[in-house]
Amino acid sequence: MVPTKEEFYDALIERHGAENQKKFDNACVAICGLGGLGSNISICLARAGVGKLILIDFDEVDITNLHRQQYKAGQVGIPKTEALTSNLKEINPYITVETHNTKVTEDNAIELTKEADIVCEAFDKAESKAMLVNAILENAPDKYILSSSGMAGFGSANLIKTKKLSKRFFLSGDSVSDVNDGIGLISSRVMVCAAHEAHMVLRILMGETEV
Amino acid sequence: MVRINGEEYQYENRQLTAILDELKYDRTRIAVEINEEIVPKVCYDATVLRDGDIVEVVSFVGGG
Repeated sequence: MVPTKEEFYDALIERHGAENQKKFDNACVAICGLGGLGSNISICLARAGVGKLILIDFDEVDITNLHRQQYKAGQVGIPKTEALTSNLKEINPYITVETHNTKVTEDNAIELTKEADIVCEAFDKAESKAMLVNAILENAPDKYILSSSGMAGFGSANLIKTKKLSKRFFLSGDSVSDVNDGIGLISSRVMVCAAHEAHMVLRILMGETEV
Repeated sequence: MVRINGEEYQYENRQLTAILDELKYDRTRIAVEINEEIVPKVCYDATVLRDGDIVEVVSFVGGG
């Protein structure tokens, strides 16, 4: 049986403390890209009881996504925004989800993430990552931007770190492992990196802004 | 002396664009901060490094 909203939040308060849970509940986080990084970040944040997520991706679930992204075999062909919303609601029926089935560009990035306190860059292409980080840092001085670079391959998971590059800019990953070097993308290592981003989101929300 | 990604260079009084080219950065894949402030892409040409500047060039790689 699905727990009531009160039961659900009481359980979260037991784990996170009432003060932190209130901050998580009041927060809005934008996830830009719903692949290996974004789908895993979203699941972490939904489980933690973050009040609102803005999910943005233009793509549909593909069979080649299933090895590392939080989708199910029966969801192949469905827009990722729709599939992930359904999966998140199964985990946390009380989360608010806003979806945008569109490609993030320099021109729409600020409008799409307007309501978010924190923006998570979770794209796969290096150019898209750079575009979003630059757009947020240049044009949205009140937001935090968390980004990831370097999580491909079978290299040690211990090489994945989170660095604070400036007051509002955090970068997770090993900075060098490029999927374009033909080293593959491995679920466990991508999840480590996604967990770094998600964990930093929660730390920022509770007021811990150091890594 | 300026510091770029932790390394020291004699690049003071030089244009950021020229330095990025010399260090072979792909400008479509980077974000540049000087003394923890983002440098807007449109300002790369007009930005000249000063002695003591701390520069971080984040060069993104693919995968996610």
